[in-house]
Amino acid sequence: MNGSFVGGNVMNVKGEMRIKGIENGTVIDHIKSGQALNVLRILGISSKSAEVLSIAMNVPSKLTHKKDIVKVEGRELSPSEVNKIALITPDATINIVRDSKVIEKHKVSLPNEITGVLRCANANCISNTSEPVKPRFIISKEPPVKLRCFYCDRLMVEDVVEHLLF
Amino acid sequence: MSIGFSKRHVISMRDFSRDEIDYILAEAERLEPYAHHGKTSDVLDGKILANLFFEPSTRTRLSFETAMKRLGGEVLNVSSTEGSSMAKGETLADTVRVISGYCDVIVLRHPKDGAARMAANCSDVSVINAGDGTGHHPTQTLLDLYAIRKEASLDGLSIALVGDLKYGRTVHSLAYALTLYGAKIYLVSPEELRMPDSIKKDLNDLGACLEETSNINDVIGGVSVLYMTRIQKERFMDPVEYDKVAGSYRITADMLKDAGDDMVIMHPLPRVDEIAPDVDETKHAVYFRQSFYGVPVRMAVLSLLIGSEQ
Ligand SMILES: [Zn+2]
Repeated sequence: MNGSFVGGNVMNVKGEMRIKGIENGTVIDHIKSGQALNVLRILGISSKSAEVLSIAMNVPSKLTHKKDIVKVEGRELSPSEVNKIALITPDATINIVRDSKVIEKHKVSLPNEITGVLRCANANCISNTSEPVKPRFIISKEPPVKLRCFYCDRLMVEDVVEHLLF
Repeated sequence: MSIGFSKRHVISMRDFSRDEIDYILAEAERLEPYAHHGKTSDVLDGKILANLFFEPSTRTRLSFETAMKRLGGEVLNVSSTEGSSMAKGETLADTVRVISGYCDVIVLRHPKDGAARMAANCSDVSVINAGDGTGHHPTQTLLDLYAIRKEASLDGLSIALVGDLKYGRTVHSLAYALTLYGAKIYLVSPEELRMPDSIKKDLNDLGACLEETSNINDVIGGVSVLYMTRIQKERFMDPVEYDKVAGSYRITADMLKDAGDDMVIMHPLPRVDEIAPDVDETKHAVYFRQSFYGVPVRMAVLSLLIGSEQ
């Protein structure tokens, strides 16, 4: 198998993904190749978090040629928590696993707004000061997707990954 | 037409549809007689406006003060230069929470972009943005639109925005509002002070009709409004460069020979030397009336926000 592989078992059986090694938790599949670590940043999951994590990167995939997979054990991530990752990987899917069975599966979808994830690129923005505000963006979903700072109205024209807060 | 303005905030032109803007401008027209000496009104009797200014802007402050007083209201002036808690490092959020308990409407001027939006979230009363950073100054835009409506026409308008289109806070929201009216907009500026790409993209996505040029003489003959702005010395590292650039965006009476009879010249004032004094005497100069229009426009905004019978 090409690509790195960390923990758990990922196998391609008749074109279907089977996930082993996680009894309860969340599997985020079909992450755009190379974005697994950014997904974790957006979810606020780091080496300091309690969750057991498995990360697979550059896994061969029928759909997209290559993909990343993240598994978070013992925690069922809610759509509102996970949908934020659609910013960087719009085709990811969320699988909620209980007793080793996928009981819920859905594609991520962009939220209408996003708070505390991205920094406003405008250095003079009030959200980049010591005022008690978290950076907040309003998302317009009609393609091309646009993010506008709630405070200063500036459009995010840069790659969002460059402006991740964590 | 009934449009609810009561308790709203006035933060960005983006908060208003074209219908709402037309409604405000019509209200300004109705109130204009009260902005002159003579006719009096007491529709804001018993109401208090707090001017909360974190950077000086005497003209804007006085314009709001006059508007409020012409409608019978009271004004509190708070500035960050008087050893107040604002100067002692209190957050803007806290200051606004406190001041909103003392008044019916807050007029805020602040150096940071987006400060007014944040203030609105902390305030129990309407907040009017009187300029935040390089961001918005919606009542300036409304008065500019009102001036265009009075002195030229908002329909089928062709306008040149001249000078500092990069940092000039008035031109960004004006360009946005003019796009709602389908105006043809010429952006006339030196290379280094061009309108930022993010703003141009934004306007283009809304269907704006923009054309850039760096030569003011290209547009004088073809536009109905020439909107001049100040090019600030501090934007240039090299004073020689500043002199060179500023000199080529200076308008004199001589240059107006090709201008249409009805062409009007506007300027948010104060000007430095981008409009030569000999232009003042021409029929094209409307910038002093433009400045006066700030009063009826702010009267309209105030009465719509906090007037009782809305
Ligand atoms: Zn911002």
